[in-house]
Amino acid sequence: MSPVLEIQDVTKVYGEGEVVVRALRGISLTVERGDYVAIMGASGSGKSTLMNIIGCLDVPTSGRYALDGTEVGRLSDAQLAVVRNRRIGFVFQSFNLIPRMSALANVELPLAYGGLKGAERRRRALAALDQVGLAERVGHQPNELSGGQQQRVAIARALVTSPTLLLADEPTGALDSHSSADVLAIFDRLSRGGRTIVVITHENDVAAHAKRVVRLMDGRIVEDHRLAPVDGPPPLKREVAGR
Amino acid sequence: MTTLEVLRFAVRGLSANKMRSFLTILGILIGVAAVILLVAVGEGSSQSIQSRIQQLGSNTLTVMQSFNGGGGRGGGFAGGGGGGGTGPRTQARGLTLADAKAIADKSAAPSVKSVSPVVTAQSSTATYEGASHSIGQMVGTYPSYFEAQNKQIAKGVYFYDADVLAARKVIVIGQTVVDDLFGTVDPIGKQISVNGVPYTVIGVLKESGSSGFQDGDDLAIAPLPAVQQTLTGFGNLGSIIVQATDATSADSAQSEVTAVLDQRHGITGAAAADFRILNQATLQETVSESTQTFTVLLGAVAAISLLVGGIGITNIMLVTVTERTREIGIRKAIGAPKGAILGQFLAEATMLSLIGGLLGVAVALIGTRFTIAGVTPVLVPASIALALGVSVGIGLFFGSYPANRAAKLRPIEALRHE
Repeated sequence: MSPVLEIQDVTKVYGEGEVVVRALRGISLTVERGDYVAIMGASGSGKSTLMNIIGCLDVPTSGRYALDGTEVGRLSDAQLAVVRNRRIGFVFQSFNLIPRMSALANVELPLAYGGLKGAERRRRALAALDQVGLAERVGHQPNELSGGQQQRVAIARALVTSPTLLLADEPTGALDSHSSADVLAIFDRLSRGGRTIVVITHENDVAAHAKRVVRLMDGRIVEDHRLAPVDGPPPLKREVAGR
Repeated sequence: MTTLEVLRFAVRGLSANKMRSFLTILGILIGVAAVILLVAVGEGSSQSIQSRIQQLGSNTLTVMQSFNGGGGRGGGFAGGGGGGGTGPRTQARGLTLADAKAIADKSAAPSVKSVSPVVTAQSSTATYEGASHSIGQMVGTYPSYFEAQNKQIAKGVYFYDADVLAARKVIVIGQTVVDDLFGTVDPIGKQISVNGVPYTVIGVLKESGSSGFQDGDDLAIAPLPAVQQTLTGFGNLGSIIVQATDATSADSAQSEVTAVLDQRHGITGAAAADFRILNQATLQETVSESTQTFTVLLGAVAAISLLVGGIGITNIMLVTVTERTREIGIRKAIGAPKGAILGQFLAEATMLSLIGGLLGVAVALIGTRFTIAGVTPVLVPASIALALGVSVGIGLFFGSYPANRAAKLRPIEALRHE
C-alpha cells in the first residue's frame, strides 16, 4: 500500500527577481498510513506553504508530490477539487465555517459537493457531529457556538467524507486551553482509530500529542523525530494509560 | 450538487443581505414593469385610434377638392366649406353634385355602394328657447351618409330620401348639442333655429366620444338641399363620401372614382388632379404604422431602464463576490468544483432578476387596470413573456461576470482574504 503522503524534493518560490522568496528549499517527507505527524516551525519557516501544498491548495514550484499514490502535480483544477473533497479533511486555525449555515449544513457541505444525496448525507453528517460530541447542537449557526464548538464542527466537516488525510493548520491557535484539550483529545481518539493526521503547529503542547514531530526552519527539514510507532497509540495517551 | 441545493444556497445568499437584494430587485422590477406598462399604453392608444378610425366608417373614401399644393389652402381636410373653387388655380374645378351623381352611376363605378355629397357649414349657431350653442360641424348630406360614416341614431329617426327631395328642415343632432341646448329635456320633435332658420329635431346620434382634439358628438346633420338653401348656398360640395361595396373593394372603388372624376374634370395623364381621395383603409394602415413606431419607442425607453437594472445586478454581485471571497475559499478548500461556485452565484443573480421580473409583471398587471394619461392600456401577452425572458437573460448575462470571477478565485488566496 502506498504511503499517504510522498513528498520528494519539493521547492516553492514566490515572486521573481529581486523580491524572490524561497519558502521551501527542498523538502522530502513520507507519511505512512495511520501516522500522526506534527509539523513545527517558527513563522516564516515555510510550514504554511507546506500545508498548502499538502492540502492541494497550491502547487510546488518543483519536486514530486503524491497523495495516496496519486501524483498531484498532474491534476487539473477540477480533479484537484475532487481530491480536496474526497481525500483531505481541512481543519483551520480560524475554523472557517460558513456563516449563517447551521452546524449540520456546514458538515453536509463537503458531501453535497461530493454529490451525495439527502438522507444519506444527513445521516453521515449527524454521525460525524456525534463523533465530536456535538450531536445536540446540529441546528446552531457558527455565531451561536463557542470557539471550541466551532472547531469541533470544523473537525466533523473534515471527517465527514472519511478522508485519507486529516490536515490541521494550528487547530488550537484560536482556542482557550480547555477547548484546546478537547480538540487534541479528539485528534488522539482519531489517531487511535487509525486516521492519518498531519498537524501544523508551533506549540510544543500540540506536538507532544503526535507520534512524529517534523521541525522546519528556513524551508528545510531540520529535525524528524519519532515519539511513538506508526501503528501504536499516540504518545500522551500511552503515558496516561501507563501511569 | 442538485439544482435544488444550488437554489437553496442562492436563497440563503440573498436573504443574508435583504436590503441590498431588495434594492437590486427593485431595479429589475421597475424595468420590467415599465416595459410591459409602456407597451400596454402604446397598444392601448393605438387600439383607441384604430377604433376611432373605424368609427368614421369602414370601406369609405372621402373625395375632396384639391388645390394641388397651391399654398395655404392645400388642406381642406374638414371639408373646405361651400364656397369652394376659390383656390389659387383658377382652372381647378370644385366638386359638384353632378360629380357625385356621376360616381353613383353603377355602370361607371360598380364597386361603389353609396355616394353621399357633403357640405359643411362654418360657424353655425343653434338656439333653443334662449339657450345657444355653436355647432362644431353642421353637415348637409344624403341619408346614405349615416351608414357610410357609421353614425347611428340613439333616439328618434334618420331623415330619408323624401326629406332630401323636399329639402325639409329636419335635423339629427349629436349628444353635445343636445346637452347644451336641451339639458334633460327630450329634444325629439322640438324646433331649434340654426343661424335663424328653424329646423325640427328628429333624431339624436349615438355618442361616439371625442377623438383627440375634436368632439365627435358636437355635430348636426341635415338634408343637403336644406343646408344649401339656408346656410351654405348652392356652390361646390365640401366633399363626397363614397362607400365601397365591401372592405376588399375599397381600392377598386378608389380607381373607379378617380377615373370618373378625371374624365369629368378633364384631367389627362400629366396634369395634376384637382381632387384627392382619402382612403379610409390607407389611412388606417398609415396610422397603425405610426402608432406602432410610437409603441416601439416607448418600449425602447423602458428597455433602457431594464438594462440599467441589469447593470445594478452586476454591480451588486461583484460586491457580493468580493465580500464573500473567504467563503468561496472555504468552499473550494472543502472541494467545491468550479461549476458549483459558478452555479451558486449565477443562481443568485438570476434569482434576483427573476423575482424582480415576476414582481414587475405583477405591478404591470395592476398598473394596466388604471387609465394612464387618458389611455386605457391594453396588455400585450408577448410583452410579458419578453420582459420576463429578458430579465432572466439579464440575470444570467450580467451575473456571469461576477460569478466567473468567483469561480476562478484561487482557494489559497481566497482563504487568506479577510
